[in-house]
Amino acid sequence: MAQTIGLTKAQPPRTGRVAVIRVATVVILLVVWEMIARSGLLYEDVVPTLFAIAGGIVQTLADPAFWQHLQYTAMELTISLCLGGGLGILAGIVIGTNPLIGRAFEPLLYYLGPTPKIIFFPLLIMWFGIGQASKAAMGTISAFFPVALSVAAGLREIDPVLIKVGRSFRASPLQMTLKIYFPAMREPLVNGLRLAFGVSVIGVLLAETKFARHGLGFMVTQFYQQFDMPALYGLVVIIFGFAIAVNWLIGRFSRAV
Amino acid sequence: MTASRAFWPFVLRWGSVIGVLIIVEILVRYNILNQYVLPRPSEILGSLGRLVTEENVLGYFAITMLEVGVAAIGLIAIGIPFGIFLAYRHDFRHAWRDWIAGLAAAPVVLMYPLFLVVFGRGPMTITMIALVTGLPPVILNAMQGVNGTREVLLNVGRSFNLSSQQQFWKIVLPSALPQIFLGLRLGLIYTMITVVAVEYLITLGGLGQLVGELAERYDLAATYAAVCFVVGVSILFFVFLEWVERWLRLSA
Repeated sequence: MAQTIGLTKAQPPRTGRVAVIRVATVVILLVVWEMIARSGLLYEDVVPTLFAIAGGIVQTLADPAFWQHLQYTAMELTISLCLGGGLGILAGIVIGTNPLIGRAFEPLLYYLGPTPKIIFFPLLIMWFGIGQASKAAMGTISAFFPVALSVAAGLREIDPVLIKVGRSFRASPLQMTLKIYFPAMREPLVNGLRLAFGVSVIGVLLAETKFARHGLGFMVTQFYQQFDMPALYGLVVIIFGFAIAVNWLIGRFSRAV
Repeated sequence: MTASRAFWPFVLRWGSVIGVLIIVEILVRYNILNQYVLPRPSEILGSLGRLVTEENVLGYFAITMLEVGVAAIGLIAIGIPFGIFLAYRHDFRHAWRDWIAGLAAAPVVLMYPLFLVVFGRGPMTITMIALVTGLPPVILNAMQGVNGTREVLLNVGRSFNLSSQQQFWKIVLPSALPQIFLGLRLGLIYTMITVVAVEYLITLGGLGQLVGELAERYDLAATYAAVCFVVGVSILFFVFLEWVERWLRLSA
């Protein structure tokens, strides 16, 4: 009986207990990790000690090459988000405002969205070469779908009264977009961009691990080939931190505007 | 009325797809588009048969589905019980929920070199990383499904003096099943994407490996055909999961 009572949503979290569980979880995970690292159960360095991983993080951050690679990745990501996001917004507006086009093409986007995009990478290499363009294209394809689908869904949710008001003032398509559609679909747009950022990071970095001479994905492969495990773990921690931080910033920005 | 509402979008959708393919066919045939980068659509279509007869695409498909299947067993065996545990233990739920959601947003697939080192270059690596990427939505939805059990249903159980176990098996689980399956569907989609991606990246396993090998051989038409095959398989997989979920929702 007590267990079914636990299902009710009304119970507030016991803040103290929650904090204890969190701290205990982190401590247990770190201790288990350290024990495995020192036990010799796995090959040496496959699971480095926490001290070695911390050293790997410091060493990577102090390496000027890391910042150069970060610049390459950031550039590819920026292009991906601008192109993929821009095209996604355009497609979303066309699909979301025209019922016939929406019913015709939204199913295609809906079903193509969850396909493994990395599989297009060999084709993108043929089209754009092994430089930055193919990685940016990979990110662009990844970013396009979540933005287009979010914008189209957001536009359909707009209060029809707002659209009628715009039309009664004889607003041009550009004015309708800037004055009615954009303000009303701000939230789905930001959500779409947030999703787009996540999938673009994955697309760009995976592409860099396959064929590249620059970028953080390339660095991951380099560390793996050199079997520099502390640096590899350190770099993965940095990339995770970077992805979470940007995601958090986009979330904050969406709440602020 | 409904038929005509569906007819014109259907015509527009597939008419546009066929139109684009015809235009590409003409542009490549007249060398306006480079045939060494983009083969003729008719050539790609012809290569689909070659994928079956010469490249053993069905064998690669079976390997991919086997890896997805093993990961799916892990999702069901670990993700659902863990989600139910979190639903009942609300302190743990509040402590871990955000972390699990964070894991869902993190680029976990990028850790494949680490998995390679730990599990070796084999199907185990692919299955494990696919399992890790698929787990968060399964856990979160199982938790949400159990927590979303309507109070009135729980009260009915109480009025019949059901024990906690009876309450769970006869009321909570059936009521949570649609949401649990929604999580499983999302988890399986992530799993499928990760399996194919890692197969391609490490050139090992099923369909991902096939695409990688064909691209390395520069067998252009077959590469495009294999990519189309993977996209088709993903879409069918997605449609199948949606159909099962709808069926479950109706029968729940």
